[in-house]
Amino acid sequence: MKLLDCPVIGKRPISEFDYLGEVRVPPSQADELVWADYVFNRKGAPGVLRERWYHRPTGRWFVFDRDTLTDEIVAVVDAADVRYEEPRYEIPA
Amino acid sequence: MPWRLLKFGLKSTHDEPRFFPESKPLKPHYDVVIIGGGGHGMACAYYLAKEHGITDVAVLEQGYIGGGNTGRNTTIVRSNYLTPEGVKFYDTSVKLFEDLADDFDLNIFYSTRGHFTLAHTDSALRTMRWRAEVNKHQGIESEVVGREEIAKEVPYMDLDCNGHAPVMGALYHAPGSVARHDAVAWGYARGAYNRGVEIHQKTRVTAIRTQGDRVVGVETDRGAISCNKVISMVAGSTPRITSMLGLRTPIEIFPLQACVSEPVKPFMDTIVVSGSLHVYVSQSSRGELVMGASVDPSVLHSTRSSFDFVEGLADQMLDLFPFMSRMKVMRQWAGMSDITPDFAPIMGKTPIDGFYLDAGWGTWGFKATPVSGKTMAWTVANDKTHELIEPFRLSRFADFDLVGEKGAASVGH
Repeated sequence: MKLLDCPVIGKRPISEFDYLGEVRVPPSQADELVWADYVFNRKGAPGVLRERWYHRPTGRWFVFDRDTLTDEIVAVVDAADVRYEEPRYEIPA
Repeated sequence: MPWRLLKFGLKSTHDEPRFFPESKPLKPHYDVVIIGGGGHGMACAYYLAKEHGITDVAVLEQGYIGGGNTGRNTTIVRSNYLTPEGVKFYDTSVKLFEDLADDFDLNIFYSTRGHFTLAHTDSALRTMRWRAEVNKHQGIESEVVGREEIAKEVPYMDLDCNGHAPVMGALYHAPGSVARHDAVAWGYARGAYNRGVEIHQKTRVTAIRTQGDRVVGVETDRGAISCNKVISMVAGSTPRITSMLGLRTPIEIFPLQACVSEPVKPFMDTIVVSGSLHVYVSQSSRGELVMGASVDPSVLHSTRSSFDFVEGLADQMLDLFPFMSRMKVMRQWAGMSDITPDFAPIMGKTPIDGFYLDAGWGTWGFKATPVSGKTMAWTVANDKTHELIEPFRLSRFADFDLVGEKGAASVGH
């Protein structure tokens, strides 16, 4: 079984986690094109992705930086670091 | 054929002609470059040459022919989709598949089996009825059947699932088939090669050159090529290609795993799919049970296999087929699925002139091999999106005009 070595709650089976996808910040005001980009488009290419994971047994949310090529978790991010005061969104270049 | 086989067997030297050419140097310029030498790329090259007389074509493949998702799928061909757009498109594909062996003069082991999609809940049964009505309206053989009919056709299945979520009915699709996936790619490749298309294996595209909003060439690990048109037909590698052009798409890559059991005597002549249990199974012509499940839960650009997959699959399969408990798994593997939000492909022209996309094939690409090759070839030859693939255009996301195919495409292969 694959284990996830989480510095917060220790080694847990990866199957205990739900995957919530890339951490993204919604636009507060936007035209339809920006909305469409936010709703549908994703960083598809391999690389380090900042993602939300939910640990079912403890009911805790985590934010990991994970390399989507090697499946290695390179960093555990404090959820407070990715919260946002004012929603903002720009179509990435 | 048997006579030819006998002569072949009695000869001391086997001088069968090569299917594919030995590697040649790249030319400095081609009219059309196709990235990806899988079924779709080869089919597109074949129809470009055969139907549009465009033969100055190079197919660039980073590995070997049909070594990506073409050789990793579970080879099911069907057209009982949910949306009229999808049904029309996949039905054209099924009809093309039926004549493919003759076209190629090659046995693609196309075997019409009948396809059961089991419903274990009221809501699943409701979706089956919806699908059956859409299918019938488009002239497809598709109907909802009850437990008695399923028991007659698949007598070795435990319809009560050992008491857990019993089967209530199924969507039955008589034309559902399986085929030999490698042979489909090889047949198209040989047909394309014989008509003058160049096939370059072990040639990886590293960049795409543009001038303004126009494609002018590609760079590869074997040198640069100039060209007028580039078609990306790389399924699980699509985001790597589109990111070379800064093109944003909704595609995310999830591994899809599959496995085969040890070979046993033929007993299963139908294809059985359960959306609720997330499994599907058919028996190959070699006697192996070909089994698959839904995609892995998180994004990953890798074809690694996992034990969790076999464990989860076995758990669900045993609900349906308890006798499998003593069968062994022989091989398992994975492919990279390019999943879209509406479970429909992304095909046709893009905002970049001369760059065409055939992507978003997720877990439903093999069955579309002939029709996507044919419609993409038409699109490239006429520089106009073919009407069958118009609903699948990339701009549908910006227009909020999606093709909701999830109810028929997710596990239902």
